[in-house]
Amino acid sequence: MRFPIVKHFKYFMGLTILVLLIGVVSIFTRGFNMGIDFTGGSIVDLTFTNEVSVAQVRDVLDKHGMGNSIIQLENSTDNEKSKSVLIRTGLVEDEELRAAVNDMKTVLGDYQINRMENIGATIGEELIEQAAMAVVLSWLLMIVYITYRFEFNFAVAAVAALVIDVFVTISYFSFFQMELDSSFVAALLTVVGFSINGTVVIFDRIRENLKLHRRSEGLEELVETSIWQCMTRTVYTESTALFAVLVIFLYGGATIHNFMFAMLVGFASGGYTSICLAGPMWIKMRERKNHKAVQA
Amino acid sequence: MRWNELGKFLIISLAIIGGFIMYISPLANSIKQGLDLQGGTHVVLQAVETPDAKVDDDALNRTVKIIERRVNELGLTEPVIQRQGKDRIIVELPGIKDPDQAIKMLGRTAMLEFKDINGTTVLTGKDLRDARAQMIGGNQSVVGLEFTDEGGAKFADLTARNIGRPISILLDGEVLTSPVVQEAITGGKAQISGSRTMEEAEHLAILLRSGSLPVKIEIMENRTVGPTLGQDSKEKSVVAFSIAIAGIFIFMLLFYRIPGIVADIALLLYVMLLLLIMRYLDATLTLPGIAGIILSIAMAIDANVLIFEHFKEEVAGGKTLRSAMDKGFSRAFVTIFDSNITTLIAAVILFYLGTGPIRGFAVTLGLGVILSMFTAITVTKFLMNFLLASNLTKNGFLYGVKYPKKEAAK
Repeated sequence: MRFPIVKHFKYFMGLTILVLLIGVVSIFTRGFNMGIDFTGGSIVDLTFTNEVSVAQVRDVLDKHGMGNSIIQLENSTDNEKSKSVLIRTGLVEDEELRAAVNDMKTVLGDYQINRMENIGATIGEELIEQAAMAVVLSWLLMIVYITYRFEFNFAVAAVAALVIDVFVTISYFSFFQMELDSSFVAALLTVVGFSINGTVVIFDRIRENLKLHRRSEGLEELVETSIWQCMTRTVYTESTALFAVLVIFLYGGATIHNFMFAMLVGFASGGYTSICLAGPMWIKMRERKNHKAVQA
Repeated sequence: MRWNELGKFLIISLAIIGGFIMYISPLANSIKQGLDLQGGTHVVLQAVETPDAKVDDDALNRTVKIIERRVNELGLTEPVIQRQGKDRIIVELPGIKDPDQAIKMLGRTAMLEFKDINGTTVLTGKDLRDARAQMIGGNQSVVGLEFTDEGGAKFADLTARNIGRPISILLDGEVLTSPVVQEAITGGKAQISGSRTMEEAEHLAILLRSGSLPVKIEIMENRTVGPTLGQDSKEKSVVAFSIAIAGIFIFMLLFYRIPGIVADIALLLYVMLLLLIMRYLDATLTLPGIAGIILSIAMAIDANVLIFEHFKEEVAGGKTLRSAMDKGFSRAFVTIFDSNITTLIAAVILFYLGTGPIRGFAVTLGLGVILSMFTAITVTKFLMNFLLASNLTKNGFLYGVKYPKKEAAK
């Protein structure tokens, strides 16, 4: 016996709305953990030849007016001294930052720069603007393409599923206060690109079945059958994609951790919305339209 | 059994597998690597408007030219200097050893002035023909200047009128040195002392040679990745890539058996072609780009999954293996096309709006989608046809299909 998906749409939608509500509350109360790509500021990751302490590093930064920076020791054995130091400062002139980092060489001995990023204040707003534009543009183009290839109802249902996926991913980052950086936007767009994929495959099956559609068979039944006919494919493709993302997340290094994590959440949500929400939402769209037609 | 067809299948398959094993590593290494993989510095410069210097198209183009000259003199391999928008310049310095020194050189206006004791500017950087770092007296680093003819005359005049008095040489308003003039200098040459090291003298010489910037430049963004982190990222991506591709291979083998193996072979060809195209397009491989490749492999598999699921359905519906495979391909094509175009739309948007590493991701994802349609459909079909024509086996288990039971057939 297979589990009737279309019949349980109410519950799926309820669950989705609940998740989205938690997301909205989190966004309004906790906000986001914006990385330096958005806020400006700098991150310096150094590996010294000799062990250094937080106080020593802070002393040097203090001289350059960066005494209130966050200093973390990495791979520390006794929590007091370490060779690896991660420094996060607020907004700072690049010249001042480089002077401070140079000073550390004279005061604390030689080091290797692993990473040094300094972002000015003005870029953040542009980035948010660009991100919003990119995501909304992708939705619009999807609507145009799916309307062209299928019909408008399909397009709206598919993009509604996408909006949910994007929103779930954003909410997750707010709820768990994970740092947002410029790659987050790329992750969101990949989620859009991948998640629409699953929905289109199911809609394609519905389109194919509609051609053989008998009047005696209800629309719900047709959608239900279509979803289940695609189930093996959906599960296989979702699992391989999630597997690939998980592998990069685990083994790909810290640099792209957040990037892959956003995809992990988005892809999972994408699979869920493709299977449980997209089809039933299309039925609702179609029924509403027919209803209107009858009234008119 | 038709050995002829089987032979063709085996030769092509083995060629692809052998080619992959032999060439994948040199091929991957021959692609230009982004700063996040090879280490280096990415700087975004912003031209700032001041009362004396307006930021316009011409000023920015001249600034790009001068910065280009400065960077080229640093002797790095393949630096990138690019204008972005109306007031920004992106500079990428791969594999740089001392980013601090280099960055210092990029944004300096480098306006040279010679002033007499009254503070009147007599000569500027425009009067220079050349500037070279020199070592004199065995241990003192200086910058030797050569003036233009007009500059030489001005300098001779300046020194002649100020014997016994100091003149000042300033760079961007800061005094570099204030020597006392001993005698009139008429040869059109001078020296600037005060450099602590030969390197410092060389950098000063480069600044003077390349000329002063027409506008004020500020450093808006500076991202440096050390060579160790870059190497580490590279090694980690190789591990992630190997695990992901091995996992996907085993998955296809377990669930689709013989067709799965064929899809895996097509996938190997896909990865090689993708890298080859990236190489010929002179695309840059970045860390997110590698993630994009791995992701596109998972997506390439989707096309084969769609085809093979239809294949299974058709076999269960009573078709022969060959016609079921044909039907599977033709039915899946529209689906694959539609679902891939939507992914492509996202990749194209990303390409136009993203910068740096993210662009690298968009490139591999987008190319991957297009290319995987070719390998997953055409190459798999080509190989499957040979294999099915060879009549090697009709075992349902090996093809991952269930034949309809005789009594259930209509």
